[in-house]
This record gives sequence, C-alpha cells and structure tokens, in this order.
Amino acid sequence: MLRYFIKRLMSLILSLAVASLVIFLVIEVAPGDPASFMLGINAQPDTVAALRTELGLDVPKTQRYLTWVSNMLSGDFGTSYTYRTSVATMIADRMWVSLPLAIYALALSTLIAFPAGIYAAARRGKAGDMAVMGVTQLGIAVPNFWFAMMMVLVFSINLRWFSAGGFAGWDKGLLVGLHSLTLPAISLALPQAAILARVMRSSLLDILGEDFMRTARAKGLSRRQALWRHGVRNAMIPVLTIIGLQFSFLLAGSIIIEQVFYLPGLGRLVFQAISSRDLIVVESVVMLLVFAVIVVNFIVDLTYAAVDPRLRSRT
Amino acid sequence: MSLLTITDLNLSIHKSDILRDVSLTVDQGEIVAVTGESGSGKSMTALAVMQLLPDLSVTSGSIKLDGTDLLTTSETDMCALRGSAIGMVFQEPMTALNPVKTIGDQVAETILIHKAMPPVRAKERAREILTRVGLPEDKFPLTRFPHELSGGQRQRVVIAMAIALRPKLLIADEPTTALDVTTQAQILDLLKGLVKEENMGLLMITHDLAVVSDMADRIVVMRQGEIVETGATKHLLAHMQHPYTKMLFAASGHLVDLPTPPPPSPLLTVQNAIRDYQLPRTSLFAKPGHYRAVNDVSFTLHRGERLGLVGESGCGKSTLTRAILGLEPLQDGQIHLDGAPVFSGHSPNLEVRRKMQVVFQDPFGSFNPRHRVDRLITEPFFLLETPPKGTARKDAIAKALTAVGLHPDDALKYIHEFSGGQRQRIAIARALIIRPELILFDEAVSALDVSVRAQILDLLAELCTAYDLTYLFISHDLSVVRTVTDRVLVMQAGKIVEQGVTEDVFSNPQHPYTKSLIAAAPRLPDLTQISKESVL
Repeated sequence: MLRYFIKRLMSLILSLAVASLVIFLVIEVAPGDPASFMLGINAQPDTVAALRTELGLDVPKTQRYLTWVSNMLSGDFGTSYTYRTSVATMIADRMWVSLPLAIYALALSTLIAFPAGIYAAARRGKAGDMAVMGVTQLGIAVPNFWFAMMMVLVFSINLRWFSAGGFAGWDKGLLVGLHSLTLPAISLALPQAAILARVMRSSLLDILGEDFMRTARAKGLSRRQALWRHGVRNAMIPVLTIIGLQFSFLLAGSIIIEQVFYLPGLGRLVFQAISSRDLIVVESVVMLLVFAVIVVNFIVDLTYAAVDPRLRSRT
Repeated sequence: MSLLTITDLNLSIHKSDILRDVSLTVDQGEIVAVTGESGSGKSMTALAVMQLLPDLSVTSGSIKLDGTDLLTTSETDMCALRGSAIGMVFQEPMTALNPVKTIGDQVAETILIHKAMPPVRAKERAREILTRVGLPEDKFPLTRFPHELSGGQRQRVVIAMAIALRPKLLIADEPTTALDVTTQAQILDLLKGLVKEENMGLLMITHDLAVVSDMADRIVVMRQGEIVETGATKHLLAHMQHPYTKMLFAASGHLVDLPTPPPPSPLLTVQNAIRDYQLPRTSLFAKPGHYRAVNDVSFTLHRGERLGLVGESGCGKSTLTRAILGLEPLQDGQIHLDGAPVFSGHSPNLEVRRKMQVVFQDPFGSFNPRHRVDRLITEPFFLLETPPKGTARKDAIAKALTAVGLHPDDALKYIHEFSGGQRQRIAIARALIIRPELILFDEAVSALDVSVRAQILDLLAELCTAYDLTYLFISHDLSVVRTVTDRVLVMQAGKIVEQGVTEDVFSNPQHPYTKSLIAAAPRLPDLTQISKESVL
C-alpha cells in the first residue's frame, strides 16, 4: 500500500513539472506582446522597452521559467499586468467562490446520482428504471445555462427565494454564502448527476451479472442485501473515475454558469485575463487548475486502492 | 423419506421448455450425480432447488426438502434456507468470490447473515471451517483476498462458505471442471470426506462421466430437459438401458485409429527455448525480476507425426505455443520450422508462418461474428503472396468445408448459425485451407460435449489419412491426448519432464510428476469388467 502511495505521489510530482513547462511554453509562443498591448498602438518604442524590463520580459526564457516556478512554490504568483495587483490575492479571492461552488455541485450531483443509479439498476427494465433513464437522458441533453436561466426565472424572479446573481460573500456567514451558491450549484450539478447516475447504473448492472453475486444469493442474502454488500463497492471504480473528471470540470468549466449568475469565480477571471492578454494571470490560473486536476486524480487513485485490494498489491 | 425429493418438475423460461417431468431423490449421506451434455437442464435443476432461477421462469411439480416444498416457499423463507439448509458450490472459482472482501469475511458472512452466531464466534467458525477445507490459519489467514489464492484454493473457500452452517444438502455445479486434474482430485476427495463426516446429501452436477462413476452413489442421466435413465452407479454402469446413456459412455472413452506415421524427418525443431517474462520492480531502483515461463525446452516434431503436449495450467504450454507461432521472441534458444527460424527480427517470419495454422479452444470467441464463413476461413490467405481468387478461391472454400464434414453452401452463413461442434469444424477448415505443414491444436476439443468431441476426434483421424497432417496437440485432458497422438511431451513449471511414445508414457510413466498426473486423472471404469462382475 505504501509503495502504491509513493508511486502515485512520484507520478503526481512528475505530471506537475511537465505541465508547468508545457503551460509556460504555450503561453510564450502565443502571439501578442503584453507590454505593447498594455500601452496601446501609439506607444513609443522606448516606453515599451521600459515596461518590458519592468515586467521582466527581457530576460532569457529559461531564467524566466525558473523564476516563475520558484516564485510560485513560495506562493508568489507575480503581479497582474492589467490590474497591477498581486495575482495570488486575485486568485485566492476567486478561489473562495469557485472551490466551494465545485464541491457544492459535486456533493449535490453525487447525492442525486448514487440513489438514482442504484435504484435504476435494482429495477432493471421496470418502470422505475425507465423513468430514471428518461430523466437522465433529458439531463444530459439540456444545456446547463438554459437550465440556469429557467431556475432564475422560477426561483428568483417569480418565487423570490434566491437572488438572481452575484455572490453575497462568506463574511455574512456560511449559510448566506451557500444560499447564494445554491442555484449555480444545482445548474452545474444536474447534468453531471445525470451522467453519473447512468455510469452508476451500468457499472452496477455489470456487477450484478457477476458470478460472486450468485454466490452471495446462494449464501442466503436477499437481492437487496447482495446488491448493497457485494454490488455497490465493486461498482465504484468507474464511478470514481467519472467523479474525478467531473470535479476538475466543475472547478474550471463553470465559466458560462459564472457568467449567468454573475459570480466572481476563476472561470471569469481566466476569461477576462485572456481577453486583456494578462499572461501572468492566465499562466497562474491555468497552472492552478492543472494542479487541482492532478491532485484530484491522485486522490481518485488512492480511493481506487481503498476500494479494490487488487490494486494495492499490484504496484 | 428422502432428504430431497423432486417430483415431476417442469420449468419453462420465456415460454420455452427447459425441464420436463424431472423426478429424483437425494438421501442423507448420499452422492447423486446428475450428468448430461450442455443444454440437458442439469444446471437448471440445481438452480431450481436453490430457487435462483432466472427471471420469468415458470415452474410446476414439487421440490421437497425435508418435507417442505421449496416451490411454494416464499422468497424470504428461501433466503433463510439458502446457505443454512442448502449450500451451493459453483463452477468458476476464479469469479465466484467477491474480489474486494477478505476470505474470512466472506465465509463469516454465511454465518452472520443467518444470525447463527455472534460475530466473534462466527469468525472462529470461519477459521475452523477454512482449516477443515484445507486452508489452515497459519498459511491462509482470514485477511487474505481472493486474488491472492489459486483456483483450487478459491474453490476451497467457496466450499467453506457453502458448508459453514453444516447444511443438510450440498449442491455442487461442475465444482472441478475449471481445475487441473491434481487439484480436481483433491477437491473431489474433500467433497467425499464432507459428505461422509457431516452426513450431508450431495447433489453433484457434472458432465465428466469419469468423475461421476468414481464419486456417485447414484447417477441421473439427463438429455434436453428430461431424465433418460437413473440408477445406482454400479448397477447403471453394468446394465445401462437407454441408447443415450450408452452413447455418452462410449463417446467419453472414444478411441480413434491414427494411420502409422511416416519415417522420421524433422519438421519443427525447438532447441533450448527460453522465454522470460519481466516481473514488476519490487522497489524503485531494484532490477525487475524475471519469470521463466519456458525453461530450456527442446524437442523435435517430425513430418507426419502427431505430438501431444500435456501439463497443468501455468506450466508454460500456451507460452510455448505462442513462441512456436512466432508471436513472441525467445530470450534464448531457437525454433525452426523446415530449417527456417519462426521469428525474425521483431515479427513472425512470414515465410514460415504460412506453413503453420492454429485451432483454439473457444469455438464461440474465436470468430468474428460479423463475417461470413467464407471470409472467416479464407483469412489465412492473407499470408500468401498470391492468394487464390475467383473460382480457385471458391473451390478451396468448398474443399475445406467438405473436408471437415460441412456443406459448401455453409460458406454463405454467419457463425451464429452453427453449433459449438460445427464451429470447431469451421476452425479446422480455416486451418486446413492453406494446406499448412503444421497445425497447432490448443485445447481444441476441451470446450466440447463428449459426443461432439468424439466426432471431432474422428474427423482428426480422417484428416490425418487424407492430408498427412502433422500436429501439436496441446491439452490438459490426458484421455484425449492418449488417443490422438503418437508421442507426448509432459510439461511442468516450464520444463519438459518426460517425453516418449504416448502409449509408453501413459502405461509406464517414469517421472514422478507424470505419475501423479496420471494417478489424479479420473478414469472411466472398464464397463465390460463391471458387467462381468455383476453377473458373477
């Protein structure tokens, strides 16, 4: 088990190193010089050169990469070209919206998907199964921004239960913060829940056909007992994979939802930074997202091993 | 009154009849073997007793266990009976255990689910019962996971789960079919011992007549959902009435006449072949270990000779086969066919490859279901530089199909339209079509019913005469190898431990391993001997 852990950890560190290099290079080759962009087309060449020096754009690439990485390791993400503030603070502010939103959405999606998937698998081919399959098909087909707008219409404008957008902040209390994230979290969670429920169902159906499920029944377990004691845990591996992918997506992929609900999240930050060529912000946010994805995968790998003993002994 | 009495059991699934008027009894301490070919309904009879039939099953008649009719027992009450009054052992030990739970937990679960003992006592009982089935605590702690055990050991765990609560009736559905002969002998001994000690009734489902004759007190022969004959083992063997029973026994011991092989001239030579597999590194900087699957193997196969290769699973038979086909490189040694190496550089030597064909075990998995037979059997033509076209191709297809006893018109059908035996004929046609010098039969008759197997063996003998076949026949089934080969190699742990003329090796084995293999293999009783004895 320890060896498995160390092996996964090594692969995590290696992936991060490679990812940082790739991100740096890609941003380097992107067209557009930040200094001339910031100063506009009428800027004097010497002013641009001065700004380039100030921004640290005139040193060799290798040196810039190393400085970038070592600064990042010490928590210094640099200064935004356009906002002239610390990138670390900007990201931290937005992180407090995006991360809770992603966790909230993932929790909702899991809470919906697990019972729905297990219920459908247990009643394969019956009305309950067909209902779950129909609803999840709809959940996958309907775009989440449309769903978000419908929810704003119903719950904010008609019923006035939630505000239509914006984030109240955490300083007014946890519940107030969660309240303002509820509609975005639901709109993010529903399509994910639909996918996850289907994966849970089909994975569980595969397991229900396994020989050991028949053995369990021959021991005297009822259908339900066999499903819960022997089925669910075995069905978890594909489900965990999907959960890992979904979390990464929820963290970064919520640009549209953040736009609909006017939330100051990471997605919006990246979007704005890209439009204003604020490369240092783009670099940092992308690196952070990559970091999040890799860490989530690391955690998923560890949960695999917790679920399936065969993975522990195989290194 | 008998322990189990099945009376006029009828079963239909999706409106098709599976069982018709099945009646049989099992007494305490008695072993009743239900035998028959695939589709005879023997497994369904067992599942009907457990009431674990597929959905949409309709049953009539009665299945009485100690006077209780199981067909009218509610599902809740059946759950209480399963595992406590009736235990069941299944065929596939590799998949019959939950991979994510320890063996201790799985055995204890049988006890706990019936609330027979408090958890601490259940754990003790699990330990006791695992020791009883031959998995003592010091070598096999309860915390082991199924993947850490071999097939035979897993089957012992399955048996432990089934007998943990000392059921009155034990049902074993092909309990040893997936196991090697030596393991099979041990498991059968274990089952016999349990029946004796615990005075259980054992309903055993098996297609293997040698096992049946050896184990059972009474035999029930089934065909297409009906019982054709039943009786005490000795009596039934001596006085079998029904033609189907006679046919089954005749087919099980079927012998073929091979033509005399031509004088030896080497075709395939294997010299000091070594095949290593790299093992995963044990630590980050340690050199990865090796597993030697084929260890210094040498033999020669002569033109026109039929050579057997026997050994238990994991002995390196399949690895050697792959090396001969040139699919994998050797680490040392050489394999030549007709003087040319089978493996050149990084790929099979095509020059040699077209002189070899192979027939695999699984007649269901070894064909692409979307291709027609003509396309399937002409696949080896890709090996040729100038494959026949037009009428030449058609003629070749017709000839190959006729040679294996099929009709040329079958070329336009799809593979799902054929039975298992017919599919194996098509596999042989596919191998024959380019008239190879050498054919490898990799467990080619192991998945077939005895009557079909007898036909395929006859076909092989015919083809030997018509085509002067040279083949390597790889099998775990000693009785088959004994009849269809001239010489035999016995392989153990990657080495050839004994080789010689088949009849000599079987009647007078020299190596201890060969002796143990032959001793462990269940043998069909000599029927003429039994009839004589019963007359006296």
